[in-house]
Amino acid sequence: MSAVLEVTNIKKNFGGISAVDGVSFDVREGEILGLIGPNGCGKSTLFNCILGQLTPSSGEVKLDGKTVTGLRPSELNKLGVSRTFQLLQVFPKLSVRENLILAGQEHQGNMASRLVGRSDAGLTGAADQMIGFFKLDHLAAEPAGGLSYGQQKLLDAAMAFMGGPRLVLLDEPAGGVNPSMLADLKDRLVAINREKNATFVVIEHNMEFVMSLCSRVMVMAEGKVLAMGRPDEVRKNPAVIEAYLGH
Amino acid sequence: MSGFAKPLKIALLLAVVAGLIVVPMNFNRYGLFILSQWAVMTIAAMGLNLTLGYAGQVSLAQGAFVGIGAYAAAIMTTHGWPLPAAIVVAIVSSFAVGWVLGYPALRVQHHYLAFVTLAFSTLAFLVFRNESWLTGGIYGISNIPRPHIFGLATNKPLPFYYVCLGSLAIVSVAVWWLIRSPWGRAFMALRENPLRAQSLGVDTRRYTLMAFAIGSALGGVAGALYAPLTQYIDPVPFNLSLSLDLLMMVIVGGAGFYFGPFLGAMIAVLLPEWLRFTEGYYLMLYAIAVILLLIWSPTGILGILDRYMAARRTKAASALRAVAKSRLETAQ
Repeated sequence: MSAVLEVTNIKKNFGGISAVDGVSFDVREGEILGLIGPNGCGKSTLFNCILGQLTPSSGEVKLDGKTVTGLRPSELNKLGVSRTFQLLQVFPKLSVRENLILAGQEHQGNMASRLVGRSDAGLTGAADQMIGFFKLDHLAAEPAGGLSYGQQKLLDAAMAFMGGPRLVLLDEPAGGVNPSMLADLKDRLVAINREKNATFVVIEHNMEFVMSLCSRVMVMAEGKVLAMGRPDEVRKNPAVIEAYLGH
Repeated sequence: MSGFAKPLKIALLLAVVAGLIVVPMNFNRYGLFILSQWAVMTIAAMGLNLTLGYAGQVSLAQGAFVGIGAYAAAIMTTHGWPLPAAIVVAIVSSFAVGWVLGYPALRVQHHYLAFVTLAFSTLAFLVFRNESWLTGGIYGISNIPRPHIFGLATNKPLPFYYVCLGSLAIVSVAVWWLIRSPWGRAFMALRENPLRAQSLGVDTRRYTLMAFAIGSALGGVAGALYAPLTQYIDPVPFNLSLSLDLLMMVIVGGAGFYFGPFLGAMIAVLLPEWLRFTEGYYLMLYAIAVILLLIWSPTGILGILDRYMAARRTKAASALRAVAKSRLETAQ
């Protein structure tokens, strides 16, 4: 299996603090990689460095073997890298359907065709399919801001898939989502992973969710990689138990 | 405005348009001037509504773009160029300047951006006033001709009113198209959540610059009509207070609502005229009315209507749910 994403020795300093301190790993095509670690260990900062929201102090990010370090988030997204956010990030005044059309429209045509072409960029069908897939049918025309927290979380995930991404980085998708909805979310993620051969990196604190979803798990502590391996290996690792899981 | 049946909406729109064409035929010179001014200011306010209401970029410089358009039209038409050519130059020059003014918005937002655009507004005013070789300085430019359209002279107030109304119609259709296109959705995404928009492939830099440039270009169009409307321009009408007036039109009408600028401009242009009978008090009454409106509805007049419609929809939805629930209970 070839690597979709290769991260080499990424460092990010904020003043005197190294939030990410020389992290290297790769993500294989089609896998679901879990990323766990204590609060403040640099998981989200690492995501932001990979996704171009932050510029790393040093190091390199490669997508399909090509260096993409320092590209803007919108450029990376057009190359097939998508994400969800830890805190809710939807467009509250747009309807659920409009949120999804927006999430896909920049992948259709160019600036000129988006100005003169169809107002939905031909995406109403695809949006409604995604709405059905995430079981949001009855809410399609509602403003996203009126949805419950868990529903917005689902919408956030659905939006990340509208552009047909190769690689999706999910930042705490399970946070604040109730158990039955969480089971749904997991089903959806697994289905997309299998059917579309999409590759995922998932930050999550819900151990059950991570251990059952991911094929490999990477553990971070204090800006460094502490362990990397199959879920059952990582769970038994004394250093991981000490730093994160607890006795 | 959703909630009305579509045919009803279209009928209402046609009635208003017909009214705007037919009713002013009996108006006197002054009435036609005021109504033409409403059309022109609506165009400028629609531009600001695009930049501020839809794309969420604060600008206190829309008046300066009206000035740029007005001077472009005044200078060109007094040198024998036809007005349509002047309008093209007004659009191109205010689009270009607006694009450049958009760059600070890539770094600063909200009231910081307001100050940057405020400084630009002052700069533009100083250029209009001091560069007298071009603008005529404080003496301004007089005897600005009104155009011939398809060979018809529009010197008289009524034909020129139709020029303003026709231009408003063209701009309205163009803006309607723009905001319902994917660009309009991207503009709203800039306003609602630029961080998320970026991660979905929205080139926020390009759309921010476009929001400024297109909004400013509409200011330019308004200016290019303002010059032949008043037939005399000097720097004073294009100072900061015009930018603030336009901002108020957008906010009072309802920022981010398509029909907001039409209403806002109507209130800003017509209400002072209707309140004239109160003589010295009209500006005070006007100010109080605006304050009360914004306390009652910070989202402007159309915000009130929007809330009413939303409440009605919620009521209808909960009624449906209640019916469904009682059916479920009887079934059990």
